[in-house]
Amino acid sequence: MDFLRPTTWEEALAAKADRPDAVPIQGGTDVMVEINMDVRRPAALLDLNQVAELREWAMVGGTVSGTVGGTAGGMCRVGAAVPYARIIEELAGPLPGLAQAARTVGSPQIRNRGSVGGNLGAASPAGDSHPPLLAAGAVVEAESRERGVRMIPADEFYLGVKRSALEPDELIRAVHVRPATGPQYFSKVGTRNAMVIAVCSFAIALHPGERRVGTGIGSAAPTPRRALEAEELLARELDWTAPLDPALSRRFGELCAAAAAPIDDVRGKAAYRVHAIGVMARRTLAWAWNDHLGRRAA
Amino acid sequence: MRVTFTVNGREEIADDVWEGESLLYVLRERVGLPGSKNACEQGECGSCTVYLDGVPVCSCLVAAGQAEGRQVRTVEGLAEEDRLDPVQQAFVECGAVQCGFCTPGLLVQAHDLIARVERPSDAEIREALAGNLCRCTGYEKIIEAVRLAAERKAAAG
Ligand SMILES: Cc1cc2nc3c(=O)[nH]c(=O)nc-3n(C[C@H](O)[C@H](O)[C@H](O)COP(=O)(O)OP(=O)(O)OC[C@H]3O[C@@H](n4cnc5c(N)ncnc54)[C@H](O)[C@@H]3O)c2cc1C
Ligand code: FES
Ligand code: FES
Repeated sequence: MDFLRPTTWEEALAAKADRPDAVPIQGGTDVMVEINMDVRRPAALLDLNQVAELREWAMVGGTVSGTVGGTAGGMCRVGAAVPYARIIEELAGPLPGLAQAARTVGSPQIRNRGSVGGNLGAASPAGDSHPPLLAAGAVVEAESRERGVRMIPADEFYLGVKRSALEPDELIRAVHVRPATGPQYFSKVGTRNAMVIAVCSFAIALHPGERRVGTGIGSAAPTPRRALEAEELLARELDWTAPLDPALSRRFGELCAAAAAPIDDVRGKAAYRVHAIGVMARRTLAWAWNDHLGRRAA
Repeated sequence: MRVTFTVNGREEIADDVWEGESLLYVLRERVGLPGSKNACEQGECGSCTVYLDGVPVCSCLVAAGQAEGRQVRTVEGLAEEDRLDPVQQAFVECGAVQCGFCTPGLLVQAHDLIARVERPSDAEIREALAGNLCRCTGYEKIIEAVRLAAERKAAAG
């Protein structure tokens, strides 16, 4: 096995281009489990820990002042290796959905190392980053030496169980997420409060400026996915100035449940997951809606 | 490959390290520091917790090569000479140690908590220790010990 240690992004891209069989490693919380358990014996490890820029985040575009929550079109660009612990500490304001999801990942030790880039790289349908990224309309910034930068919308990134749109010579550099302009919530079902992979999960993001509601379903289909018909229903029928219509909320829950396509496995039965997605969809919508009306009144 | 890093303030050089080896293995088998325990090798039990550049991590999930040039602090590095760290002292006094297998990881994780949070609530203690499994104590005495250590530390300023 080789151990490749680039210190700059250019070196990292060159290493990946020359050795497409090299497995990138950031926090190692997925990669090392596989190596320790002898599930995988890669020809080479490509350690990205010394590429400092991957651990940085910044507001890009839009208003330079970096005021969070503005509608000026700025994006929050989060380096692939920013650990969950820092997303919780530093990004709960602009990216509340992602920060909430980050808080539910593993344990403090895992959150100190694990990253959104690694979650995307692993592309597990149960990854907790995916639903909030989908709901917020995030875009994955991937790059290769030969073809340069490719911006992949989150809902085109996930292709199958642990399969993503990433090419063998590409690395994930960052994810771009628009700072929240409305309430966002993440909800996860697990067998205990900590240290559990999601039985299923759901994220919601209100985009009041566009009168649109984004959704993300986790661990209830071969890939993380949006509930498109449910989003269309709300885009059509939601009155953004009135209390939530219970019938509309119910139909939203039904359409979210219908968008799920889970399997029975050790963590849960398909029927349970479908039911739980419907419940979480209704609840998160209600939480978000209360916040939204509260902000309007304030 | 060769890995050069600092452990508990001392420079260590590990030779003939396999590229897929974990930091935990290097610490236990090559550096001769068996304090960090190996129970699961999949990040589930926390018994291998060490500080890496001041941040608690599961050393079983850090590739040895990732420790190159970095600072590691293990449970062996908590006590000063023969004076136990307040967290260690509190664990002894509260009976938070039974078989002791989980103890090194819990000590590092608890040490980090009370360094960051002056008087952690029970909820904060439970959350901080959520990734550390103990098969013996039932956790109550562990939580008591963390509370005691935090109080003493706060009182000492
Ligand atoms: C005990 C435990 C509990 C866990 N709990 C959760 C949980 O609750 N929720 C959850 O979602 N996950 C959980 N995980 C899984 C894991 O922590 C996450 O998937 C995490 O986000 C992985 O990040 P990492 O930086 O450690 O990735 P790594 O292990 O370093 O890499 C993961 C994958 O991404 C690839 N990769 C890494 N960086 C890049 C890059 N820049 N470009 C391209 N590919 C890349 C790697 O090659 C690998 O395939 C848990 C893991 C453990 C061990
Ligand atoms: S041995 Fe590392 S977490 Fe269990
Ligand atoms: S004291 Fe035995 S495992 Fe914790």
